Amino acid sequence: MSYWTTRRRDHLTGYLFITPALFGAAAFVFVPLVLVVWYSLHEWNVLADTFDFVGTENYRRLLDDPGFPAVLRATGLFSIGLVVVNLGLALALAVLLNQRLRGTTFFRVLFFSPVVVSLLAWTIVWGFLLQDNGGINGFLDTLGIDGPNWLRSGGTAMASVVIVQVFKNVGLNMVLFLAALQGVPQELYEAARTDGAGPWTVFRRITLPLISPTVLLTSIITVVGSLQVFAQISVLTQGGPGNSTTVLVYYLYQQAFQFHAFGYGSTLSVVLFLIVLALTVLQWQMRKRWVFHEN
Amino acid sequence: MRRILSSFIAITLLAGCSSTAADDGPITLRMTTWSANPAHVELFNAIAAEYQASNPDISVTFDALPLENYTTTVTTQIAGGNAPDIAWILESAAPDFVASGALVPLDGIANADDLSPAATALWRRDGTLMGYPFSTSPFGVFVNTDLLASAGQTLPTGAGWTWEKTVAVASATAAKTGKQGLVVRDFDYKDWTNLATVFRGWGAEAWSADGKTCGFTQQPMVDAMTFLHQAIFTAKALPAPGVAADFFAGESAMTIAQISRASLLKDAKFGWTLVPLPAGPSGPYSVIGQGGLGVLKKGKNADAAAAFVTFFTNPANSAKLAQFFPPPRQSQLNASTLAQANPLLEPEQLQTVVVDGIANGVVKPSHTGSAEIGQAVRAALDPLWKADADVTAVLTGVCAAIDPLLAK
Repeated sequence: MSYWTTRRRDHLTGYLFITPALFGAAAFVFVPLVLVVWYSLHEWNVLADTFDFVGTENYRRLLDDPGFPAVLRATGLFSIGLVVVNLGLALALAVLLNQRLRGTTFFRVLFFSPVVVSLLAWTIVWGFLLQDNGGINGFLDTLGIDGPNWLRSGGTAMASVVIVQVFKNVGLNMVLFLAALQGVPQELYEAARTDGAGPWTVFRRITLPLISPTVLLTSIITVVGSLQVFAQISVLTQGGPGNSTTVLVYYLYQQAFQFHAFGYGSTLSVVLFLIVLALTVLQWQMRKRWVFHEN
Repeated sequence: MRRILSSFIAITLLAGCSSTAADDGPITLRMTTWSANPAHVELFNAIAAEYQASNPDISVTFDALPLENYTTTVTTQIAGGNAPDIAWILESAAPDFVASGALVPLDGIANADDLSPAATALWRRDGTLMGYPFSTSPFGVFVNTDLLASAGQTLPTGAGWTWEKTVAVASATAAKTGKQGLVVRDFDYKDWTNLATVFRGWGAEAWSADGKTCGFTQQPMVDAMTFLHQAIFTAKALPAPGVAADFFAGESAMTIAQISRASLLKDAKFGWTLVPLPAGPSGPYSVIGQGGLGVLKKGKNADAAAAFVTFFTNPANSAKLAQFFPPPRQSQLNASTLAQANPLLEPEQLQTVVVDGIANGVVKPSHTGSAEIGQAVRAALDPLWKADADVTAVLTGVCAAIDPLLAK
C-alpha cells in the first residue's frame, strides 16, 4: 500500500492551505507573544542598551504602581460604556432598519459607512468637532445651549471617546445583527402573534433568543476591541484630563515607548493579554447559559 | 520538518551575511530630523552633497519624523535594531540621551572653543561634548500689529513691556476683534514646558538646578501660575482650554514662539513685529529651546557618522545653518552675521531677541526621565485649567506627583 493514502493526502492539502496563515500568525502573534513574556522579566533600557534579567520585579512593581488602579478604572469604564452603548445602539438600529420601509437602504449605508473610514481621519475630525469652539458646541450654541468643554473635563472626555468609538464601529455590529434578524424564521413571528404576543414579548421571547449567537459574537468582538483602544485616546485626549482616559493600552504605550521602560511596558501587555483571555473564556463559558440554538 | 528548519536558518544566515558584506562598500548614513520644511531639507542635502564630493563612498539621507512623537519614534527604532546613525535630539530628551551612554563623544568638532558654554551645558557628560546643539533658539513674542491697531491698542515698549501690560493689550485686542489674544505656541494645555516662557518672569523653576526639589509649590511659581490663571479665565487674554488659534494664520494678536518660526511669516498678510519676552516681577529674562545632534552608538557606522557631524557643524556650514537655526558658535552670534541669514528680522530684533536671548537665556526645563516627569506634571496640572481652580492646591498636587520621580 502506498504511503500517500487519501487520508494522508487530505491532511497534507489541509496543512498546505493553512501554511501561509500559520507563518503569518507565528511571525506576528506567537513569536511576539513569547518575546513579550520574556521581556517582561527584564529591565530593558533602550538608550543605555541594558537588558538585565529581573525575574518578577516588574510584576511586583505593577502591584505597587500608584497609577495602575486609575488605569484599570478608566479601562473598565471605557469598555463597559462602549459595550453597552455599542451593542444597544447596534441592535436598536438593526431592528429599525430591518423594517420593509422606504429609505432603509440609505440609512444602512449611512450607519455602516464610518466602518470603512480611516480610524485616524475619523478621530481627527471628531477632535475638531469636540473642541470648545468646535462644531458641536457651535451647533448647541444656535439652540441656546452652552456646551461643555468635551475633551477637557473628566466625565465628558471619557464619554466623548466612547461615543466617537461607538459611531465608528456601530455599523459593523448593526450589519451582523441585521443578518441575524433576517435569519429568524417568519413563521415563528406569525405563530407568536397568533398567540397574542405583543411586539416586546415577540422581541424578548423570539428575536433575542434566536439571534443570541450573534449577540455573543458581537459582544466578544466589542469587548476585545474596547480593551485595545489606542488611536482615539492618543489623538483626542492623550490620556487626560488628569489620567481620566489613560486606558491600559495607552498606559503601556507611555511606559514602553515614551518612558523607555520596555520591560515594564511588556509586563503591562502580558496583563492585558490575560485580561482579554479571561474575559473571552468567561463569555465563551457563559454561552451555554444564554445562547439559544447552538449545536 | 528538520529540513524546513535548516533551510529557514540558512536563509537567515544568508541575510545576515549580505548585510555584513554591505558594510565594506558605500555607506549611507541616516539622520533623523523633525523638520520636513523643504528649505531646510534643501540645505541639508546641499551640505551632504558637498561632503559626498570629497567622500564618494558616503551619502547621507535625512529622515524627517513628526515632531509630536519624535523621541518615541527614534527610541522605537533603536529598540528595533534600526537605530539612525545621527539623530536630532530635543532638549527635553537631552539628559536621557547624554547620560545613558547612547551617544558617541563628539571629539572632532571643529573650533570647539568657539561654542557658547551656556548653549552646550545640557549636552556635556563629565565635560565631554556628547551632542552638538545646532539650534539654540530663544523665545520671543510675535505681535500682529494690524490686529492691535484695529483694536486701538499700542504695543508698550522699553520698561513698559511687562507681563501686566502684555496681558492688558492681549485682553483688550481679543475683546475688540473677536480673535484670540496671546497664544503660548505648542502649549495647548498639554506641553507645559512651554510655560517656562511665562513663569521664568517670576523667577520660578519647575525644579531645582540639581533636579531633586520640586519648584511648583514655591512662591514664585504660585504667583506666576495665579497670574496666568487670571490672564486665561478673568482677562481672557489667552485662548481657553480646547480653543485652537494660530497666530501665523492671523488668528491671534500675539504668540510666544521661537524665532525660527519667523520663516512662517514670509507671506504674511498682516503687519507683524518680534519683541523679547516681557519683563516679569523678577525683571527681564529669556528662555531658549534647543535641538542637538548626536551620533548613536547603536548606529551601524558610528565612526563615519561622527566624521560627517564634524563636517556638518564646521564654521562654514554652521553659518549656512544659521539662517534657520541660531548657532551655538559665539563668533557667529552677532546681529550682522545673523542678519544676512534672517532677512525677515531687523538687526535690532536679532540683537535683543536672539543675541541677548542666547547670552542670558535658560534652556526650557529638562531632566533625566523627563517624559515620565513631564507626563506626571501634565496630568497633575490639568485641574488648574478651570475657572474655579484652587491654584495652590493644584500646585501642591503637582509636587506630590513628581516628588517620587525627582528622587529617583
